[in-house]
Amino acid sequence: MLDAVVSGLQLVATLDLRLWQVVGLSLAVSVSAVALASLVGLPLGAAIAVGRFPGRQGVIVLLNALMGLPPVVVGLVIYLLLSRAGPLGAFGLLFTPRAMVLAQTVLVLPIIAALARQAVEDAWREYEEQLRSLGVDGLRAALTLLWDIRFSLLTAVLAGLGRASAEVGAVMIVGGNIDGVTRVMTTTIALETSKGDLPLALGLGIVLIAIVLVVNAAAHGVKEAAQRRSG
Amino acid sequence: MNGILPLRLEDVSFAAGGRTIIEPLNLTLEAGASTIVLGANGAGKSVLMRLMHGLVAPDTGRVLWSRPDVRRRQAMVFQRPVMLRRSALANVLYALEAARVPPQERGRRAREALAEVGLAHVAARPARVLSGGEQQRLALARAWALHPEVLFLDEPTANLDPGATREIEAVIKAFDVSGTKIVMSTHNLGQARRLGDEVIFLHQGRVVERAPVEVFFKQPASAEAAAFIKGELPWT
Amino acid sequence: MDLKRILLAVGLAATTGAWAQGTFIVVSSTTSTENSGLFRHILPIFQQKTGISVRVVAQGTGQALDMGRRGDCDVVLVHNKAAELKMIEDGWFVNRRDVMYNDFVIVGPKLDPAQVAGTKDGVAALRKISVAQAPFASRGDKSGTHAAELRLWKLAGVEPKGSWYRETGAGMGATLNTASAMNAYAITDRGTWLSFKNRGGLAIRVEGDPRLFNQYGVMLVNPARHPHVKQAMGQAFVDWLVSVQGQAAIAGYKIEGEQLFFPNAKR
Repeated sequence: MLDAVVSGLQLVATLDLRLWQVVGLSLAVSVSAVALASLVGLPLGAAIAVGRFPGRQGVIVLLNALMGLPPVVVGLVIYLLLSRAGPLGAFGLLFTPRAMVLAQTVLVLPIIAALARQAVEDAWREYEEQLRSLGVDGLRAALTLLWDIRFSLLTAVLAGLGRASAEVGAVMIVGGNIDGVTRVMTTTIALETSKGDLPLALGLGIVLIAIVLVVNAAAHGVKEAAQRRSG
Repeated sequence: MNGILPLRLEDVSFAAGGRTIIEPLNLTLEAGASTIVLGANGAGKSVLMRLMHGLVAPDTGRVLWSRPDVRRRQAMVFQRPVMLRRSALANVLYALEAARVPPQERGRRAREALAEVGLAHVAARPARVLSGGEQQRLALARAWALHPEVLFLDEPTANLDPGATREIEAVIKAFDVSGTKIVMSTHNLGQARRLGDEVIFLHQGRVVERAPVEVFFKQPASAEAAAFIKGELPWT
Repeated sequence: MDLKRILLAVGLAATTGAWAQGTFIVVSSTTSTENSGLFRHILPIFQQKTGISVRVVAQGTGQALDMGRRGDCDVVLVHNKAAELKMIEDGWFVNRRDVMYNDFVIVGPKLDPAQVAGTKDGVAALRKISVAQAPFASRGDKSGTHAAELRLWKLAGVEPKGSWYRETGAGMGATLNTASAMNAYAITDRGTWLSFKNRGGLAIRVEGDPRLFNQYGVMLVNPARHPHVKQAMGQAFVDWLVSVQGQAAIAGYKIEGEQLFFPNAKR
C-alpha cells in the first residue's frame, strides 16, 4: 500500500508525458460524455417530472433501474452497434475516443435524467401553483425549474461524471485500450493489474481519485460562490 | 370596459381524499367591491380561492368568467410566496414574459411595479435573500406589473409581523384604488374590516353568509358567523 | 447554460482534434504480445520505416479472431494455428504467415505439492497435478493459451474437473494474479511470465517440452469480405513482420537479457 502511494506520487512528480496524455483523454472523454448526457438528460428528467402522461410511473421505474446499467453491457451493445458488422459500422467509430464518449453517454444518461427527475419533481411541488398561476406549464415550466435548481442539479451532473470516469468495462470494449489512442486511466489500471504491477496500478488509482477529488472540489467551490450570489 | 367579470360559480363542489371540502355552492363576484373570504381554518377558504383562480378543477359544477382566456387577466398572491432563484427585478420580468407582454414594455412595467411596492432599491438583489415581508411585497409587484382585473390573495399576511402586514395592506389598497377587483381570504378580522367592502363567510365548506362589511360585523345573520366574530368558534 | 456549452465545446475539441484520422491500421492481437511489451519495442521501428502507425487491441486469441471476422480490425496476430487455418478456410482471412514462437511454461508454488519440478514432460506434469488435485488456474477464455492447455490435458488423458481446477475466464495476467493468490499451478506463455511482476511464491516448474511450443501467426482480414479493410497498409505490416528487419526487431526484444520471442518466418 505504501508502495502504491509512493508510486502514485512519483507518477505525478515526474510528469510523465504518456501519463498526462492518458489523464487528459480520460477527462476529455468523461467530460464530453457528461456534457452530452446532461444536454439530453436534464430536460428529459425535468419533462418526466413535470409531465403527466400514461405510463409515467413505468418510465420512472425504468429510468431508476437503468442507473444500474452494467458498463460492460453498455460497452457490448455499443460495440455491436459500431462494429463493421453492425448497423453503424460504416462510420468506422469503433476503437476511437468518440465511441468511448458515446458509450459513457449512454451509461450516465439514466443517472443524470433520474436524479434530475427527482430534484425537479421536488421543486415542482413547491413551485407548481405559482407557475401555473402565472400561466406557465409544460416545457416552459420544466426549463424554469431546471434553471432555478441548477445548484442541486450539479450533484446529478457530478454523479454522472463520477460514474463515467470510474467505469472501465464500457471504454475497454469500445475503445480497445489502444496505447496512445484510447487508453484512459481505468483501462491503464486494468492493464497494469493484469501485468501484475500492482503498486503501479494502485498508484494510478490514487492519481485518478485525486483528479476526481479536484474536479469535485472545483465544482463545489463554483457552486458555493454562485449560490451566495443568487440566494 | 369589456372585462372578465362577473365570475360565476355554478353548483361548484370539491372533495379530496373522500372528504368534501366545498359543498355545492353558487356564487357571483362582480367588479368593484373588495371581497373578503372569511372563515376558520379548514373552512375551505384556500380551496375556494384556488377554484376561482383555476388552479384546481371543481368536481361538480362550473366556474364561469364572462370571457374566455382569462389566465392573464387575473393574478394570485399566496400565503407563502414562491420566488425564483434570480433577482427581484427578474422575478417580475419573468411574470411579464409568461403573460406575453411585449419585450419593450417589460422593463418599464417591472420597474414601476417595484417602485409601487417600495422595492425599487432592491431590484438587483436575489429575491430569495429578501425578508418575508419584502418577498410578499415582491409577489404583489409581480401581480401589479400584470395589471390584473382580479387579484386573489390567500391569507397574504398570515406569516408576517404587524409592520410588514401594514405595508402589504397599503399595497392591496393601492390595487383597489387602481380598479383591480380584490378577492382575499383571511382570518384576521381587523384586516377584513380595513380592506373589505363585502364578506363571504365560509363554514365547513358552505357559504353561510354574504353581507357588506359593516352589516356582517354589526349584525351577523348566522349563529356561526356571530360565534366566529366573537372568537368563540372552535377551530375545526 | 453557458458553462455547459463551453464544457461541451472543450470536450468535443479534445476528442476530435487530438486524434484526427491518420495513416494507421488496427491490429487485433493477444494479451501476451501486448502485455509483454513486444509491441512497444517493434512498432516504432515499423512506423519509422513506413509512416504507418499501428493501433493494437489486445484480447484473447478467440476474441481477436472474432474481431477480425467482424471486420473490426485490419490484421490479426494470434497464436492458435488450428483455429487460424480454419478461419482462413472459411474465407475470413488471407495471407497467413508464421511470425515467431515462444513457449509455454508451467508455473507453480514453491512447495510444489504435485512434485513436478525439474521434469521436462509437460503432459506428465499435468497428469501429476490432476492426481494430486493440486490447485490449477486455467484461463477458461478460449484464448490461444487456453487452447494449448486443453490440448495438453487431452494428451494427458485427463478431463480437468473438480474443485482444484479453477477457470478464471480472464486474461493471462489476471489468471496469474489468481494463481499467485491461491498458490495454484498455471500455464502461461513465457513472455507474459517474464514481464509479470506479482509472482508471489510462484516460479517456473516445467519448461522445455516441445509440446509447449507456442507459434504466432499473422494474417490479413479478407478484403473481399470487408471492403473497408486497409489492405495495402495491413499487408505492409504483415510483410514487414516476416522481413529481415521485422524478424530482427522481434529477436531484439529482451527483458533482463532474456529473449522473449523467437522469429521463425519462412522465406
